[in-house]
Amino acid sequence: MTTQTVNQHESHAHDEHEHHDAGAMKVFGFWVYLMSDLVIFGSLFAAYAVLMKGTAGGPSGADIFELPLILVSTFLLLFSSFTYGMAVLAMHADRVAQVKGWLVITFLLGAGFIGLEIYEFHHLIAEGFGPDRSAFLSSFFTLVGTHGLHVTFGLIWMLVMIVQLFTKGLNDKTRPRIMCLSLFWHFLDIVWICVFTFVYLMGVL
Amino acid sequence: MFGKLSLEAIPYHEPILVMTALVMALGGLVVVGALTYFKKWKWLWTEWITSVDHKKLGIMYFLVALVMLLRGFADAIMMRTQQALAAGGSEGYLPPEHYDQIFTAHGVIMIFFVAMPMVIGLMNLVVPLQIGARDVAFPFMNNLSFWLFVAGVALTMISLLIGEYGKTGWLAYSPLSGIKYSPGVGVDYWIWGLQISGIGTTLTGINFFVTILKMRTKGMKLFRMPIFTWTSLCANILIIASFPILTATIALLTLDRYLGMHFFTNDMGGNMMMYVNLIWAWGHPEVYILILPAFGVFSEVIATFAKKRLFGYNTMVWATACITILSFVVWLHHFFTMGAGANVNAFFGIATMIIAIPTGVKIFNWLFTMYRGRLEFTSPVLWTLGFIITFTIGGMTGVMLAVPGANFVLHNSLFVIAHFHNVIIGGVVFGMLAGLTYWFPKAFGFTLDEKWGKRSFWCWIIGFYLAFMPLYILSFMGAVRRMQSYANADWQPLMIVAWVGAVLILCGIVCTVIQFIVSIRDREKNADITGDPWDARTLEWSTSSPAPFYNFAHLPNVGSVDAFWEAKKEKGMAADKPTQYEDIHMPKNTVAGPIIGLISIVFGFALVWHIWWLAGVGAIGMFVAFLMRVFNDDIDYYVPAAEVERIEREHHKRLEMQA
Repeated sequence: MTTQTVNQHESHAHDEHEHHDAGAMKVFGFWVYLMSDLVIFGSLFAAYAVLMKGTAGGPSGADIFELPLILVSTFLLLFSSFTYGMAVLAMHADRVAQVKGWLVITFLLGAGFIGLEIYEFHHLIAEGFGPDRSAFLSSFFTLVGTHGLHVTFGLIWMLVMIVQLFTKGLNDKTRPRIMCLSLFWHFLDIVWICVFTFVYLMGVL
Repeated sequence: MFGKLSLEAIPYHEPILVMTALVMALGGLVVVGALTYFKKWKWLWTEWITSVDHKKLGIMYFLVALVMLLRGFADAIMMRTQQALAAGGSEGYLPPEHYDQIFTAHGVIMIFFVAMPMVIGLMNLVVPLQIGARDVAFPFMNNLSFWLFVAGVALTMISLLIGEYGKTGWLAYSPLSGIKYSPGVGVDYWIWGLQISGIGTTLTGINFFVTILKMRTKGMKLFRMPIFTWTSLCANILIIASFPILTATIALLTLDRYLGMHFFTNDMGGNMMMYVNLIWAWGHPEVYILILPAFGVFSEVIATFAKKRLFGYNTMVWATACITILSFVVWLHHFFTMGAGANVNAFFGIATMIIAIPTGVKIFNWLFTMYRGRLEFTSPVLWTLGFIITFTIGGMTGVMLAVPGANFVLHNSLFVIAHFHNVIIGGVVFGMLAGLTYWFPKAFGFTLDEKWGKRSFWCWIIGFYLAFMPLYILSFMGAVRRMQSYANADWQPLMIVAWVGAVLILCGIVCTVIQFIVSIRDREKNADITGDPWDARTLEWSTSSPAPFYNFAHLPNVGSVDAFWEAKKEKGMAADKPTQYEDIHMPKNTVAGPIIGLISIVFGFALVWHIWWLAGVGAIGMFVAFLMRVFNDDIDYYVPAAEVERIEREHHKRLEMQA
C-alpha cells in the first residue's frame, strides 16, 4: 500500500470511480443531519407546549418576556442570514477576501445575538426566574438555550472557517464546509422564527 | 477534586462483583499479555483501531456485541436463578438493590450493546458490498460512530466496578429516575452511556442513509437493491428520525437531575407522563430498527438456499416501507393504562394491529419462496425456519397485547416479558445469528462449522421455548415482571422450568463459542476460495472472500435484482478476468476517531461523578481532536493499479488452482 496523497494525483479526479461528487455528498449528508437535528428541536417544542402552563405559581411568559429586546436579537439573526448569503455569493464568484469579510460581519451579528440571549438569561435568573423555578421555565430555558448553543457552535465553526480561508483558501475541502455552515446558519434562523412566534409572540398574547 | 467519587464507590464487600472484577481483570491481562507477547499492538492499532474499512468496523461491532452478549446473558441467568429460588418467603441470593440493577443492565445491554451493534455490524459488513460501493459515504464518521458506541459500552461496564447501575428498568421511567428517588450515580451511568453511544448511532444512520442513496453502483436502481439493503435503508431512516428524540429525552432527564429542572418531576408543573411518551416515541421505532434488518437477513438466506428468486420482491419492499411508517404511530400501546381515554387507546390499538398485515405479507413471501424450492437445510436456514414459527407466535401475542382491554389485564405482567423476548430472540437474535453464519465467510474467508452451528440452533430454540412459554402461563397466574421474590409458591415449578430453558440457551451460546474455535481450527478445510460458498445471488458474493479492502477492482454493472445470479447464469462463471486495472481512491486510517471515543469515556465518567474540571478537560480534548482532524488534509490516497492487479491476480490464481 502506498501513501501518496491526492494532491499528487489530480489527474485521477475524472476516473470512473469518482462518479459521485464528494462535496455534493457531504452537503446532502449535512441536510440529513439537519433533519435529525430538527427532530431534537421538535421534541423540545413539544415539551414546551406540554409544560408552558406548568408555571407552579411562578411567572408566565407574559410576565417575563421583553419583546423589544427579542425583536432586536431577532433582527440581528435575520441580518446575519443575509450576510451569510452574501458570503456564499462571494464564494461562488471566487472572491476570497469578500467571503472573509462577510463571514466576519456574520460572526459579529451572531455574537450580538448570543450576547443579548446571555443578558436575557442572566436577567431572568437574577430575578429568581431561573430554569429550576417551574416546569414552564425549565422548558423555556432549554428550548431557547439549545438554539443558543447551536448558534454558539455555529460561531465557533465560523471562526474555524475564517482561519481555514486564510490557511487553505477556497478549495474542494473548504467550499463544501462553507456550504454546510450556510445550511446550518439558515436552519437556525428558521428555528428561531418558530421560537419567536410560538414562544415569545404567543407567550405575551 | 473527585466530585462524588470516593473509595466507598468500589463494591469490594460484594462477593459476586469482586469475582466478576477478578475474572474481567484476568481476561484483560490475558489479552494484553497475548498482544504484547505476539507483538501485535501495532497491528491492532493500524489494522483495526484506526481502520475506516467498513468490513473491519462491522467485525469489531460484532465482536463487542458477542462479548456483551455474554455479560447480558450472565445477568439473565442470574435473574432466572433468583426467581427459581426466591419463592414463598425465600429471598433467594440477590438482594433487591442488586436484582434491580441486574434487570436494568440486562435490558440496556441486550438492546443497546448486543442487538444494535449486531445490526449495525451486519450493515457495515454487507451493505456497501451489496450496492457495489468501495466504502461508506463518510468513512471517518463511521470509525467515530464505532468508538462512541464503545465508549457507551465502557461506561456501562465501569458502573459494575465503580459505583452502581440504574435500578429503574431499562427505560429509566421518571419520576423514579429523577434525583429525588434515584440519588445515586446509577441513572447517571445510564444517561451518559446511552447519550454517547446514541450519538454514534445517529451518525451511523446518516452515514448509511447517504451511502445507500448516493453510492450505488451503475444500474442499481432502488428497486434492484437487495432486500437486506432495503431493510437497512428503512432502519436508517428510523434511526435518523427517532434517535434524536432519545437524545432530547435523555438530555431533559439530565437537566432535571443535574440542574434541578422540572420536566419530569412530580411537582413544580413537571409532567412525568411526557417522559413515557417521549421515550416510547423513540422506543417503538427502535424495535423496528432491530427487526427490519433481521427480516432482510432472512430474505437473503431463504432466497439463496431455496435457489429461487425471493417471492414477491416488490411486496417485500412495500411491506418494509409500511412498517417503517406505521412504527411511528403506535408508541402509546406501551402504556394504554396511562388513561389517555378510550378513543386514543382505540386509535393506537388499531394502528398496532395493522402492523400485523405487512408483517404477515412478509411471512407469506418467505413461505412461498420456500414452496417448490430446493431448500438446503444449512444452519442459516434452520435459524430462519425457527424464526418464522417463533416470530409468528410472538406476533400473535403482540396483537393480543394491542387490544387495550386485554392490555389492562396483561400490563406489567410476565406476559409482556414473554412477548418481547418471543419477538426479539425469535426475530432479532435468530436473524443476527443467521446473518453471522451466512456472511462469516465474506468477512474471514472460511465458512463456520455446520455441526456446531446446528447444535447451537437446537439448544437456542428448545431453550427459548422452555424459558419463555412458562412465563405466558405464569402471567395468567398473576406473576408480574421485575419480581425479586414472590410469596406464591405455586409459581415455583414453572420458574424452575424457565431456569432450565435459560441453561439450555447457555448451551447454545457455548456451542457458538465452540463453533468459532472449531471453525478457526479447520479454516483451511473450510476455506472459501471462490468467494461464493453458497451459490448466492447478490453482489457481495462476486468479490473474493475475504473481500479486498477496496471491495471491487471494477465497480460492477447491475441489470436486475439478483444481479450476480443473473451474471453467473449468463456467463457460466462468476469471475471473468479484467485485462486492465485502474488506480483506486481510498480513505486513510484515522487517529481522531478512537481518540475522541476514548476521551468521551473520560468525559462521561467525569459527568457521572460530578468531577467538573475533568469534564471540562474532556470536552476541550474532544474538540481539539476533532479540530485536528478538520485541519488535516492528508486523509485519502490512491491504490496504484499495479497493486490492485497483484491482489486480483492472486485471487484468480487461487481460483484456477482449485479448478
